[in-house]
Amino acid sequence: MGFLDTLLGRTKPVQPKLDDLFALPSAAVTLDAGAGFKPTGSGSVCFRPVEGRSFADVQKDVQELLDVSSGKEGGLPVEVTKDSYGFNWLVSSHMSDELEALVTDLHAVNSSLVDNGFGPQLLCTLVAFRDDQERRLGLIYLYKRGTFYPFAPLSGERRDNALELQVKGVIGSDLKFEQDLSRWFPVWGAPGL
Amino acid sequence: MAARTRYAPDRGLTLRMTATMFLLGLVFVAFVAAIIGIGAAYHASSAAIVLFAIILGGGFAIGSLFYSDKIALRTAGGREVGPDDKEFGEYARLLHGTVDRLCALADMKKPRVAIARTRLPNAFATGRNADHAVLCVTTGLMDLLTPEELEGVIAHEMSHVAHKDVQVMTAASFLAIIAALLIRIAFYGELFGGGGRGRGGNNQNAGIIMLALMAVSIVVYAVSFLLIRMLSRYRELAADRSGALLTGQPSALKSALVKVSENMGRIPTQDLRAAEPLNAFFFAPAMKLNAKATLSTVFSTHPSLKRRLAELDKIQQQLGRTAGPGR
Repeated sequence: MGFLDTLLGRTKPVQPKLDDLFALPSAAVTLDAGAGFKPTGSGSVCFRPVEGRSFADVQKDVQELLDVSSGKEGGLPVEVTKDSYGFNWLVSSHMSDELEALVTDLHAVNSSLVDNGFGPQLLCTLVAFRDDQERRLGLIYLYKRGTFYPFAPLSGERRDNALELQVKGVIGSDLKFEQDLSRWFPVWGAPGL
Repeated sequence: MAARTRYAPDRGLTLRMTATMFLLGLVFVAFVAAIIGIGAAYHASSAAIVLFAIILGGGFAIGSLFYSDKIALRTAGGREVGPDDKEFGEYARLLHGTVDRLCALADMKKPRVAIARTRLPNAFATGRNADHAVLCVTTGLMDLLTPEELEGVIAHEMSHVAHKDVQVMTAASFLAIIAALLIRIAFYGELFGGGGRGRGGNNQNAGIIMLALMAVSIVVYAVSFLLIRMLSRYRELAADRSGALLTGQPSALKSALVKVSENMGRIPTQDLRAAEPLNAFFFAPAMKLNAKATLSTVFSTHPSLKRRLAELDKIQQQLGRTAGPGR
């Protein structure tokens, strides 16, 4: 924020950075090789709904678009859930070997929100991974910073920090990782994880 | 990506705020000119007194800037809490979750989070900069509001942090602090001053200088006080605006404002038919309140509820626009 904005009490809404999302599929390969985590095929986009007709229309369009694309391949329809903080999660489910299709879907959601002027409402994108011991891991993309960070929930709102740091060690160079650990915000009970 | 924006700045608010700050600057310049003028007219140096006031005033301002978070927390009886605080349990968890998400949405550094156990619904954010910011919410507020309304209030408070309001308001009040100090110094100077010196002429001069200094300071203090209050109200409106744009839910903030403000403005929960006999009594105080409103709005630090709701209505329309140019 510039000096003038401070003086005048203005904040410019932060516009999201989208393109780094496409780095996910190659990082997933490294993650599998290095830590044994495989994508589950489901991922979700989290955004803050805006009140009013305009946003509702955009959200409906996105949902229909994705339903058509997944319907062709016999996939599961897109789900929208609202969490306790009032954020919406759009969950897309694919087969576990279709990570690229999943990322394309997630990117489509983002870009249609951005194109309609709702870019600042995007919070994060989550792609779910799991290992042989059924440990859960989410790779979360923070739009406003254009960075990734891992989130490994355990039961009862605890998180597996050791695993998260291990993941950073494995794919830290493949993805643009969030260096500031205080920004690794948990998303408890995130749909699709 | 040629995304059109729905988040155009509010030109009217910007203009009014700029004008207020310009006037404050003008008062400051006039103040300095008057002091120099007084000094020159009497061939006497009041510089020492003025310098003393500036140093003392600067000390106060910087002190309050640096300790604003500690002072405010102490006053409100708040305590900094972690996400899994034992005493506040669910309160702390919900508050941290909400702040986390808003920070991610706004790409802000997370402020420290504090809770005060009191039934009075209130929230504030202080600290000299983003690194030292602390956000405090009372349990009363969290009991009163739904999570969405709470989020609106928190977004408003975080906008204060993003706008660096503590710094801006401290800088703005610097002038008033100095003027207030000068009034006091001049007053005591008039009472006790000049006694010990042998030269009579000088004494008389000193008396006149003190009087003039006091008169100028009083005027400056009064004018800058009004301007600071005006600036404070604009900063509140700006924070409402940024907060509502951040969450995308101006209505949630509106309903929180209505709930927090005193019962007069609140949407009644009682059935119309049951409340009707009482309406006769409600009318009179409501009328009285309106008559008083003009004077109290000039002196208050926050804009009236009506004004805030009207500004949020504008944002609601802005966000809901379906087609047409975004700018």
